[in-house]
Amino acid sequence: MEYFLTEEQKLLQEIAYEIVRERIRLVRAELDEKEEFPWEIMKDLAQADLFGIWIPEAYGGLGMGILENCLVVEQLARGCIGIATTFAASGLGAYPIILFGSEELKRKYLPPIARGEKLAAFALTEPGAGSDVSAIRTRAVRVGDEYILNGTKQWITNGGEADIYSVFAITDPTKGPRGASCFVVEKGDPGFSFGKKEQKLGIRASATRELIFNDCRIPKERLIGREGMGFIIAMKTFDKSRPGIGALGVGLAQEALDISVEYARKRIQFGKPIISFQVIQHKLADMATKIEAARSLIYSAARYLDSKADPPDASKIAAMCKIFASDVAVQVALEAVQILGGYGYMRDYPVEKLLRDSKILQIYEGTNEIQRNIIGQELNKEYGRIKETFIK
Amino acid sequence: MHIVVCVKQVPETQNVRIDPTTNTLIRQGVASILNPFDHFALEAAFRIKDMNRESVKVTVLTMGPPQAKEVLVDALSRGADHAVLLSDRAFAGADTWATSYTLSAAIRKMGDVDLVICGKQAIDGDTAQVGPELATLLDIPYATYVSRIEFVEPRVLKVIRQTDEGTALWKIPLPALLTVLKDVGRLRVRSYRATLRARRYDITVWDAADLGLSENTVGLKGSFTQVIKVFSPQRAKERVMIEGSVQEQAARLYELLKEQGVPGL
Amino acid sequence: MKALIDKDRCTGCGTCVDVCPVGAISMLDGKAEVSDDCTLCGMCVDSCEFGAISLPEVGTGPSKEQETYQGIWVYAEWKHGSIHRVSFELLSKARQLAEKKKVPVGAVLIGYKLDGLEKELFSYGADIVYVVDHPALAHFTDEAYGNVLAFLAKQYRPEILLAGATSIGRSFIPRVAALLRTGLTADCTDLDINDDGLLVQTRPAFGGNIMASILCPYGRPQMATVRPRVMQACQLLEPRQGAIEKVSIPEHLLKSRVEVLEETISEGPSASLVEADVVISGGRGLKKRENFKMLEELARLVNGAVGASRGAVEAGLADPSQQVGQTGRTVAPVLYMAVGISGAIQHVVGMQGSKIIVAVNKDPEAPIFDICHYGVVADLFEFIPEFIKRIKEACGDFKN
Repeated sequence: MEYFLTEEQKLLQEIAYEIVRERIRLVRAELDEKEEFPWEIMKDLAQADLFGIWIPEAYGGLGMGILENCLVVEQLARGCIGIATTFAASGLGAYPIILFGSEELKRKYLPPIARGEKLAAFALTEPGAGSDVSAIRTRAVRVGDEYILNGTKQWITNGGEADIYSVFAITDPTKGPRGASCFVVEKGDPGFSFGKKEQKLGIRASATRELIFNDCRIPKERLIGREGMGFIIAMKTFDKSRPGIGALGVGLAQEALDISVEYARKRIQFGKPIISFQVIQHKLADMATKIEAARSLIYSAARYLDSKADPPDASKIAAMCKIFASDVAVQVALEAVQILGGYGYMRDYPVEKLLRDSKILQIYEGTNEIQRNIIGQELNKEYGRIKETFIK
Repeated sequence: MHIVVCVKQVPETQNVRIDPTTNTLIRQGVASILNPFDHFALEAAFRIKDMNRESVKVTVLTMGPPQAKEVLVDALSRGADHAVLLSDRAFAGADTWATSYTLSAAIRKMGDVDLVICGKQAIDGDTAQVGPELATLLDIPYATYVSRIEFVEPRVLKVIRQTDEGTALWKIPLPALLTVLKDVGRLRVRSYRATLRARRYDITVWDAADLGLSENTVGLKGSFTQVIKVFSPQRAKERVMIEGSVQEQAARLYELLKEQGVPGL
Repeated sequence: MKALIDKDRCTGCGTCVDVCPVGAISMLDGKAEVSDDCTLCGMCVDSCEFGAISLPEVGTGPSKEQETYQGIWVYAEWKHGSIHRVSFELLSKARQLAEKKKVPVGAVLIGYKLDGLEKELFSYGADIVYVVDHPALAHFTDEAYGNVLAFLAKQYRPEILLAGATSIGRSFIPRVAALLRTGLTADCTDLDINDDGLLVQTRPAFGGNIMASILCPYGRPQMATVRPRVMQACQLLEPRQGAIEKVSIPEHLLKSRVEVLEETISEGPSASLVEADVVISGGRGLKKRENFKMLEELARLVNGAVGASRGAVEAGLADPSQQVGQTGRTVAPVLYMAVGISGAIQHVVGMQGSKIIVAVNKDPEAPIFDICHYGVVADLFEFIPEFIKRIKEACGDFKN
């Protein structure tokens, strides 16, 4: 199907997929097994100029939007979403700075991220605050020309490997949701250390660690935006990044479909390739249709979100991208394992990894349950504003 | 600093073979590719450029038919700054002498070249001669089979060469020519910006007249060696398959090799 | 310049059309027609059983002094006090060629502290040895050695100049050819004299998929390099004494802009690979690095070296320095055992010159069986231990 992409957009896809073909597919099984961070691939992505997709040109980036980011991460996801998550999380970590950072912060941090010299990370989740982000307890206290941070963050993607962290902490406990702020913390800042690396079901190439702030001192200039803007920054960032999670799902599902169709055509049982059997055809048909629907939703949504500065329904649309594509990814990966049968269960073949990896898409960056809350609440608000009635 | 990387577009040799019964070539849609050994020459140049982006320029140079532009675009997409194609019907049939002669005229025409890097050999000719011949024609020092390059002074390199018995460490002043091995690094992926630029880049094309070369000095007329015959290699005339149980196979093989006087048995 | 069709001989069979790698030949009015895309590669010439295709002649005709070149020279590669075996192999070949042309054989010895080494060269057939002995030549550099050999060739005018395609030869002999403005053919697998008295140089091309015969009709000397172990070294039965000519070279030619800082001989597994009489190579079929120990044991028993295919190296089973093949080392031992290697052409190119090739693979369809002398279809994990056992039994355990 034709998506009417520009020459530049198609080139981004081409370059990203080349890296999948020539680099990622060769190492993904080993990185998964050894739980090793994909530094070499990060270097390739840097050399390919892909790290700066949504960093403005003034800071060395390509100055592009959500659609371009989705196009790239979708291709990378065909290789491995552990690697693609590592890449995407760096974009996520940079976004607060792009959206609300001061000129000084932008000039200092965005260029090295755009060049792929330094990775970023987004630090919001805590042991007591997952879906309930307002329950975060990390504190940032202003003392003279510094802020002092205390607390821990949990399950931070790129934790320990990234150099630049967008960290959310409470600056005013009396103000509830308006009491959180966002700061740039660097690896090496005094009082900032890391916990152990987590062992996960999937995306094992991605590094997930605890961040520990123990009287961590940072200059006051590291505050992003103003005190109290923390949750706004987080929500606006997620509105931009959630379609990308959907794109990861589309890429993973595509890889699962590609493997399944090829297998079904080659595997002979009862004298025929199994793709001749209706059951398999129907499975593949449903998989392919879901992928196409997910992709079309993501691309349309991304174009829409890029077209306006602050669409009022941005959160709803972004949430839809995330839930639909992630659910599709898990369903398609599960079906792929079934189609490959015994081979689907064996580690020698890539589909079991696709299944293990896919589950995280329904969990991170806001669980699908929370996403559905967002959509439901938005629908309620929207229909409250409409004058038209649909019931006779 | 100006680095010139010499590359060649070659047929993908795994698909070129001769049908032994008819003695004719089986051409299974042979694709044209950038000579794999030239990948490393490009990467070596790019790594030098990484260390000093502002002052290092890389030009990729090739002699070939108009189709050879493809490998130049590929090189530009990975980071080369300029590309030059030497193309002229008079260049056809060139042996390594005529090729080196033509390349040397182009490099002289460029004028400001500090370092020339070539791959170890081309996978169609397999001679590994052009690098040394080119350096000799340019009258610059050279080192072959280089696995590592280091700058000790702005215009002096230290290189490690692989020899049959081990390695050698050489000091070599610029301008110089190097032929490199895969140890210098795997060729980097295409870059988005560089590829966009490559698509719009106007490749310089020089013919014999542009290089000031008379037709007698290039191509077949300018060559000394010529292929007069091509034939399929003789495979082992009688292949003996050793049958039986593993024990029987081992015993029989030992016997046969001992009979043939294989040393060590 | 393109291939020429003799329309009288052409029968319109169309064989040449399929043979051309660039698709430059087509049929027109029942006869072959060559377009300007022709690259003069020569593939079509031999494919025509009617002899209707030829290539235009190379070069621009003989030079005036061509007749004054006489004799066959061999560059005797000297390094660290001894002469490389390939020089003796080439001298033996040069003797053969010289018999056909009835000309003398010369050997060229370049280095430092060379006294006494001429004897060996005479015993392999040299009539005269040219010696250039100077401290500046104690270590090999392309520039100085190239200048010296070119100077000698200009002075004494050998008609043919042969050298070993070792890392030294492959590096500086092209320089000599360029300085002498003549043709060079590298890695020849065969040399002969044709009816016109010219040196016929045969070598593999296209990664070893085809063989090409090459002539250098007008360049002098006609130059060729040959890999070690391709030719046979035959020592003359009767000891003889030839002439020694000590040549002094103008100082400026002995200078080298390159400075040799250090030379190391590696002790590692690859050091002996190129020199070994027996090479046992392992492929991906070995599955784990520890399994290579089995091949190491076998190699030790027969005083051989252990090589590996590219697949094995990429899978981390062996060291890159052990790789045999197009992007690795080329070896030509007396015995090459390919164990668990499929036999892709890029590997075959690196070992096809071996005298005896044994393939061990459990897949009877593996391409390696097409080029071996002895094939063993068996599980290598069963066969190799048995083979080791057999050797130990035959030689008694003290071999360990």
